Amino acid sequence: MEFIRATHINFMGVRKVAYVLSLVLVAVSLGSIFFRGLNYGVDFAGGTLLQFRFGREVTTEELRSILGTFGLAKSVIQRFSPNEAVIRTTKLSQEDQSRLSALLEERLGSAELLRIEDVGPAVGADLRRMGIIALLVAIGGILVYVAFRFEFRPAVTSILALAHDGLTVLGVVSLLQREFTIPILAAVLTILGYSINDSIVVMDRIRENLLGKKRSEELEEIVNRSINEVLSRTINTALTTALPVFSLFFLGGKMLQDFALAILVGLAVGTYSSIFVVSALWVDWEKRSPHRR
Amino acid sequence: MRRRLLPWRFLVVLGLVALSVFVVFPVRGRIRLGLDLRGGSHILLECVDTPEAPVDEDAVRRVVEIIRNRIDQLGVAEPVIARQGERRVLVQLPGVTDPQRAVEIIGKTALLEFKDERGETVLTGAHLKNAQVQFDRLGRPVVAISFDSEGAKLFAQATTANVGRPLGIYLDGKLISNPVVQEPILGGEAQITGRFTLEEAQNLAILLRAGALPVKVEVIENRSVEPTLGRDSVNAGLRAAVIGVILVLAFMVLYYGSFGLLADLALLCFILFFFALFIGLRATLTLPGIAGFVLTVGMAVDANVLIFERIKEEYRSGKTWRASIDAGFQKAFRTILDANVTTLIAAVLLFSLGSGPIKGFGVTLSLGILCSMFTGVWVSRVFVDLFADRLKMRV
Repeated sequence: MEFIRATHINFMGVRKVAYVLSLVLVAVSLGSIFFRGLNYGVDFAGGTLLQFRFGREVTTEELRSILGTFGLAKSVIQRFSPNEAVIRTTKLSQEDQSRLSALLEERLGSAELLRIEDVGPAVGADLRRMGIIALLVAIGGILVYVAFRFEFRPAVTSILALAHDGLTVLGVVSLLQREFTIPILAAVLTILGYSINDSIVVMDRIRENLLGKKRSEELEEIVNRSINEVLSRTINTALTTALPVFSLFFLGGKMLQDFALAILVGLAVGTYSSIFVVSALWVDWEKRSPHRR
Repeated sequence: MRRRLLPWRFLVVLGLVALSVFVVFPVRGRIRLGLDLRGGSHILLECVDTPEAPVDEDAVRRVVEIIRNRIDQLGVAEPVIARQGERRVLVQLPGVTDPQRAVEIIGKTALLEFKDERGETVLTGAHLKNAQVQFDRLGRPVVAISFDSEGAKLFAQATTANVGRPLGIYLDGKLISNPVVQEPILGGEAQITGRFTLEEAQNLAILLRAGALPVKVEVIENRSVEPTLGRDSVNAGLRAAVIGVILVLAFMVLYYGSFGLLADLALLCFILFFFALFIGLRATLTLPGIAGFVLTVGMAVDANVLIFERIKEEYRSGKTWRASIDAGFQKAFRTILDANVTTLIAAVLLFSLGSGPIKGFGVTLSLGILCSMFTGVWVSRVFVDLFADRLKMRV
């Protein structure tokens, strides 16, 4: 079986379309991040998350009315099954947590506490700081590596594409209002590290082909040929990485689902940008102001 | 050279496989599970200043000591109690089924005071020798306490001075019992009858035995997972991992034929070596760690994809089969290195900066990347060299 034989797709021909699509992706993502915001989980925002299994089935409305008598009507309630619920509130004291458990137990027969995530403001601030440091150092590390590895222009376009990939993942997390937690941050970091590879593969091939180019060949033709040559590996590496993550998404349990989703989005957008955007940007840059070589 | 050494290289692979099998099997009990998978509580406490009791070095040290005493009495296996920084104390309690109770016991100051009618403290829990749950005549749980000699003296004085009047018993400033003194108690023993449930009485006895904390302590982080939920996570993660591996194995065979089969062999080696290293390094598997492993399974065969695609290209360009394989491995190596270095940068960061479970993600991802570079390049080269003449790839 061979999905991708020698292809001759004119990627450069559709680059204007790709630019528009990418600009839309970035604009929508930024818009969502700024206006809708990221739904910070207790990791970063602080607060209390309690997961219960009740003695009987209970509707979200009933649960909310019980929480209302506790002054917590505005809590976030997430349902995994009819007799289970995850309740997220502002930070509750130890006493209030115990009292809430007792109240639910009294009203619903039984309320088995399955999970507590209770993060105070100081720890939340620590985790936020740690997250920002991790993100900055990762970006710095990748920049340094790319600077060593690439010439200036391919490095710049690859980094632009990388920012585009990372923003899109965050944008999707924000649009779907998935909780932004430490695992999601980990997913974004991983995507940044992984996504740059495809760009490296493509740009390397372009450099290789430039060295042995025929005199009559246009820049666009060389780039098209290069992308087509590496197309099957770009797609296959993304696909083999995505396959187990799909499995994680569907079978790995609720707690890893958002992580898997973020990785899948990142893989998709990263593959797209390395095929359609990175080299196209570079071509336009080269055409506008030819680089001496 | 490479060809002549082939039998030796194959032996090295076999040796590593044997060693790994020895380390990994039987799997049960060999992989250390994090609290999020085996269940338990991760609790971070912070000593805070109050006007009466400012925090100092000695106080924090005593807090650690007293919390250790309390936990010993809870009967938790392998607890971790460690000081973190100046004022924080980390407590990890594997397998705890009632985290709320654990937190109540750990975080309570548990200052016991006896106050007379005028509200003056006549005696504190500092003079306690022992505290135990007993039952009164009606079968209700009570806490029997006994004082040390100094305490017995003070208690005798207090009860003598207050016959016929109440002597309030306060825990952390809250009245828990207000008995009227019938007669002077000289033997240094007393009972606290406070309409307790059995569990409340047991908690109080533990707190009183271990002593009061010298300063106020706040729970600033609590991550607890009930053991059955942890087990569910393990099962779900395991299922996802197994299906994920099968999907990748199938894809490689379907797409690359017999070469895919060799990549699959290398992938199985990867999984084996990965867990051997994981166990050997005594690393802890967490839920995000499982996610990291699943992710590296997919990344592990990337090396093979890059190599095989390169071999195809070399062969198409007119090289001999042997030469194509040589060139494929050689030329793809640079790309594989690039691909892994950048991901490794992210992984190592999560490993070194992260806390708790996410550290587990950094660990499995870093380990997976390093391990997969070895199996994807070196081990699969051995397999390819062994079978090169008998295999053909559709190009």
